[in-house]
Amino acid sequence: MKEYQTITEISGPLVFAEVDEPVGYDEIVEIETEDGRTLRGQVLESSDGLVSIQVFEGTGGIDRNASVRFLGETMKMPVTEDLLGRVLDGSGNPIDGGPEIVPDERHDIVGKAINPYSREYPEEFIQTGVSAIDGMNTLVRGQKLPIFSASGLPHNDLALQIARQATVPEEDEGSDDGDGSEFAVVFGAMGITAEEANEFMDDFERTGALERSVVFMNLADDPAVERQVTPRLALTTAEYLAFEKDYHVLVILTDMTNYCEALREIGAAREEVPGRRGYPGYMYTDLAQLYERAGRIEGQEGSVTQIPILTMPGDDETHPIPDLTGYITEGQIMMDRDLNSQGIEPPVNVLPSLSRLMDDGIGEGLTREDHGDVSDQMYAAYAEGEDLRDLVNIVGREALSERDNKYLDFADRFEEEFVQQGYDTNRSIDETLELGWDLLSMLPKEELNRIGEDLIEEHYREEEPEAVQAD
Amino acid sequence: MSQAEDIESVDEDGVIESVSGPVVTATDLDARMNDVVYVGDEGLMGEVIEIEGNLTTIQVYEETSGVGPGEPVQNTGEPLSVDLGPGMLDSIYDGVQRPLDVLEGKMGTAFLDRGVDAPGIDLEKKWEFTPEVEEGDTVEPGDIVGVVEETVTIDHKVMVPPDYEGGEVTAIEAGEFTVEETVVELDNGEEIQMHQEWPVREARPAGDKETPTEPLVTGQRVQDGLFPLAKGGTAAIPGPFGSGKTVTQQQLAKWSDADIVVYIGCGERGNEMTEVIEDFPELPDPQTGNPLMARTCLIANTSNMPVAARESCIYTGITIAEYYRDMGYDVALMADSTSRWAEAMREISSRLEEMPGEEGYPAYLAASLSEFYERAGKFQLMNGGEGSISVVGAVSPPGGDFSEPVTQNTLRIVKTFWALDADLAERRHFPSINWNESYSLYKDQLDPWWESNVAGDWSDIRQWAVDVLDEEDELQEIVQLVGKDALPEDQQLTLEVARFLREAWLQQNALHDVDTYCEPEKTYRMLEAIKTFNDEAFEALEAGVPVEEITDVDAAPRLNRMGTAEEWESFIEEIENDLQEQLRALY
Repeated sequence: MKEYQTITEISGPLVFAEVDEPVGYDEIVEIETEDGRTLRGQVLESSDGLVSIQVFEGTGGIDRNASVRFLGETMKMPVTEDLLGRVLDGSGNPIDGGPEIVPDERHDIVGKAINPYSREYPEEFIQTGVSAIDGMNTLVRGQKLPIFSASGLPHNDLALQIARQATVPEEDEGSDDGDGSEFAVVFGAMGITAEEANEFMDDFERTGALERSVVFMNLADDPAVERQVTPRLALTTAEYLAFEKDYHVLVILTDMTNYCEALREIGAAREEVPGRRGYPGYMYTDLAQLYERAGRIEGQEGSVTQIPILTMPGDDETHPIPDLTGYITEGQIMMDRDLNSQGIEPPVNVLPSLSRLMDDGIGEGLTREDHGDVSDQMYAAYAEGEDLRDLVNIVGREALSERDNKYLDFADRFEEEFVQQGYDTNRSIDETLELGWDLLSMLPKEELNRIGEDLIEEHYREEEPEAVQAD
Repeated sequence: MSQAEDIESVDEDGVIESVSGPVVTATDLDARMNDVVYVGDEGLMGEVIEIEGNLTTIQVYEETSGVGPGEPVQNTGEPLSVDLGPGMLDSIYDGVQRPLDVLEGKMGTAFLDRGVDAPGIDLEKKWEFTPEVEEGDTVEPGDIVGVVEETVTIDHKVMVPPDYEGGEVTAIEAGEFTVEETVVELDNGEEIQMHQEWPVREARPAGDKETPTEPLVTGQRVQDGLFPLAKGGTAAIPGPFGSGKTVTQQQLAKWSDADIVVYIGCGERGNEMTEVIEDFPELPDPQTGNPLMARTCLIANTSNMPVAARESCIYTGITIAEYYRDMGYDVALMADSTSRWAEAMREISSRLEEMPGEEGYPAYLAASLSEFYERAGKFQLMNGGEGSISVVGAVSPPGGDFSEPVTQNTLRIVKTFWALDADLAERRHFPSINWNESYSLYKDQLDPWWESNVAGDWSDIRQWAVDVLDEEDELQEIVQLVGKDALPEDQQLTLEVARFLREAWLQQNALHDVDTYCEPEKTYRMLEAIKTFNDEAFEALEAGVPVEEITDVDAAPRLNRMGTAEEWESFIEEIENDLQEQLRALY
C-alpha cells in the first residue's frame, strides 16, 4: 500500500492529491494528519496523476503534509447477524460501548441493482395499525413509501408507530411464531438533532424494539459528508439481513433532506454545473440508487421495505427533494400542517397521499373484498367535502343543498374519527374498514357509485349509524 | 451485441486516462464517434461520445467503481447496434439489449454484475423457416424472403437487409435453422441470415411517410373518444408523480390494437417492470386471445441501473420497433419516461462540461427529442408494403410544471397531448386525463374512420360532449362563488349531465375486469345513453318539471354502472328505455 505526501489542494470537503500509480474510482482513502488522526475518504475522480478525494469526517486539521493512503478497494460494510441490537455512528463504528463487531462478510456499500427479471412483485399487505395508511394508502412488503413532512410536524411519532405496530396479519395466526422469517428494523439517521435521536432511542428501548434493530446515527453536528455513506451502510445491512438471513427488514431513513443537502455541498465543492436550486443534476440517479434498494427477490424469504422521511423545505411539494423522491418511490404519505394544528394524530392528509402498490396488496384473500371500493369511495367523498369547504366560507352552510351538507359532515367525521386515532392505538384492518362503512353510511346509497352493488347490500348501515365510538 | 470473442481480432488499444462516474477518458485509442469499446480489465461496455486530439471520451454502460487510469480500452470498431431477428418478442432487455433473464442465469445472482455480455437474441435456437420466394426470383433490399413463426401471435418476416444490394436468388430452402445460418443466397454472393444488426442511432430506411387515417384503438374512453391517437402518430403524457402516467402507459400496452408493442421502462421503478413481467404473460391479447407477451418486447432500464444505458435504451427500443415496422406491422412504442432519458443526457453532458442550455439540459435536447419522435409515422416501406410506429412518451415534469424544457420541447413535436392532472388523481378520477387541457390534432383525420366503422354521427355527438364539459368548466367558476342552487335550473341540469359525462364516461376503472377495456362501439353507446338522458331531461324541464325531480329518477344513477356492465348492449338499451319512460312520466 503506497503512501503519499502529495496533497496539492484542500477545498471544503475535498482534498486533491498527486499520485504516480493508478487509483480506482470510488476507492477508499485514509488520510493521516500530522497530529496522528486518521480520516477516511473516497475517490471522486481519478485521472492520470491527480485524484480528488471526498473526506467523510471533514477536512479540518488536514494540511499539505498529511499523508494519503489508498486502500485499493471500494467502501465495505462489515455485516453479521450480531449487528441486531447495536448502535453505530454514521460511518458504521459502534458507539454503544458494546464489543467489537466481528463480521461474517464485508459487503460493498454501493450495492448492485436488482435485476428486474429476478424481482418478485410486492403484494403482501403490512398492517401498520394506522387507518390512514392501512385503509387508504396500504403499505406492502418490499415497497418504498416515504413520509413527506415538514419542520414542526410529528413525522417521527408516525414512523415510530409504524415500526412498533407493523405486522403481517396471517403470520400472527401462524403457529411457528419466532421461526421462519423474522422482522427487523434498520434505522439510518442523517443529520438529526441529538434530541430527536434520544426520542428514537428511548422509544426503541422502551418497547424493546432495539434488540431487533440496527441503528446508524449521524447527528446534526457530525460531518455532513458522512451523510453520503450512512444510508448506504444502512441499506447494505438491510440487504444482508433480508436476502442472506431471511429477515423482513423495515428501513427507516431520516432525514433525506439532510442527505440531499450534503450531496449539494459536495457538488458545489467540485464546481459542478448545478441543476434545479443548486442540487446536482445527478440527484435523481443518486436517490434512485438508494430508494431502489427495496423489494423482494424471487425465491428468497426476506424483504426490504423502506420508509424514508423527508422534510419539505417551505412545505413545498415541488421542491426538488420531494419531487425527485416522489418520482422514484411507490407513493408517499403526506403530513399536513392544518390537520396537525387541529390536533389530528397522525396528521396525514390522505388526498395527496398515495400508495402505488396498494391495488395489488388488498382485496379478497389479502385484506378484504370491499377494501378497494371503500377506499376509492372515501377518497372521492372526502375530496368532494374538501371542495365544498371553500364554498361554505363564502356562502355559508344554509345556502348548500342537503346533499352538499352530507358531504361536509362526511369530511369532518373522516378527519376526526377515521384519520384521528393517536399514536398508541393499533387498529386492525377490519376495524379500519368497518369504521369506513360507518362513515360512508352517512351518504345516501345512490351516491356510492364506486362500490359494487352487492358490497353495498352487505355492508351499508341502513339506519343512521349511532354515534361511532371514538376508535 | 458484439461478443467478447470479437475483441481478440481488434488491435487498437487505448489506455484509461481518467474516470468520473459513467464518463471515462482514454488516450491512444483509435476510434470513430459512437464506436462501442470495452473499458478496463473487466471489459465494461461503453460508447465513444467525444474525440479531442488524442483524447477519447467514453460513456460507460456499467458501474465504474474501482476502475482506474492505466487500464486498457479496446475498440470493437462497430457502432452501438442491436441484434435483430426472431426471438425478440417475449423478451426483456436492459438498455443495451442484453436479455435480463439470460444475465440472471450467467451471473447466478439476482443482482446485476458487471462485465457480463450476452447476445440480444438466442443464437443456438433453431427456427422453422418457410421461404416466400423461389430460386430465380429477384429480391431487393427490404423484400421479404421467408417467414418464421416467432410467437403464437406473430409471424416474423425475414427480410433482405436494407444495406444489401439485392439480386437473383440462387439458393433458398425450407427447414430448421439458427439465426446465424444462411437461409438465402443471392447471385452477387450476398448471403441472408435471419439475424441482422443495425446501429441504434441511425433510423432504418423506409419510403415516404403518409398521413395516418386509422386510429390506434386503445380501449380507453377518454383517449379514443376525446383525444384519439392515430396509428403512426405521436403522443405525450405529461403529469406530476402520482397522476397515473405508468398505469396509463400500461393500459395502452395492454389494450391498444397494435400488432407489436415495444415497452421501454426508462429510468423508472424496478417493481413496476416486475409487474409488467409478471402480468403480461398472463393477460390475453384483446385481439387474438394469446398471451400479451407474444406481441411484446420489454426494455427495462430502471432508475438505479447505469445512467448511460438509460440514454441508449430509447434508441434500442425505437430500432427494434422500426425492424417490425419493416415487416409491415403496426407497432406501438411506449417510452416511460422520456424525462429520465433527457436527464441522462443532461447528466452525461454535465460530466463532459458542455455549456448547458435551459435548466442545465444540453443545448441539443430539442434536436434529440424531435429526432426520436420523427422516427414514428406511417410509412411506405422499401418492399412496397405499409407499416407504422406510434410513439407514446411519458413526461415527468419536475413539480408538475408543464413549462419545463422537456415538456415544452415534446409538445412542439407531438400531435396528441394527454395532460394528466394531480387534482383528478387525488379524487381518484382515473384515467386522470384533464379534458380541458388535453388535445389531439388527429381528430379530423380520424373522424371518417369512426363514422364508417362505429357511427355516422360520431363527430357530432363527440362535439356535444366537449361543449357540455366546456360549459361545466365555466359554470363551476360561478358555482364556486354563489353555490349551485343559485344557478338557473337549466344550468343546474347541465351540471348534472356533465357530472355523468365525467363519472360515467370519462372515468374508467383499469382494475375492473370489464371496465378496463372499452371497445369503440361501447364508448359510443355509453355517450349516446348520456345524451339520451340529456335530451329527455331538458324536455322534461321545458315541460315544467323541477330539476330535483328530474335528477331523482332512479334510472339516472344507473348510468354510472354502464362501464362495468358485462352485457353492456342490453344494459344500455334498458337504461335508455327506463330514462325515457321515467322522465316522460313526470309531465
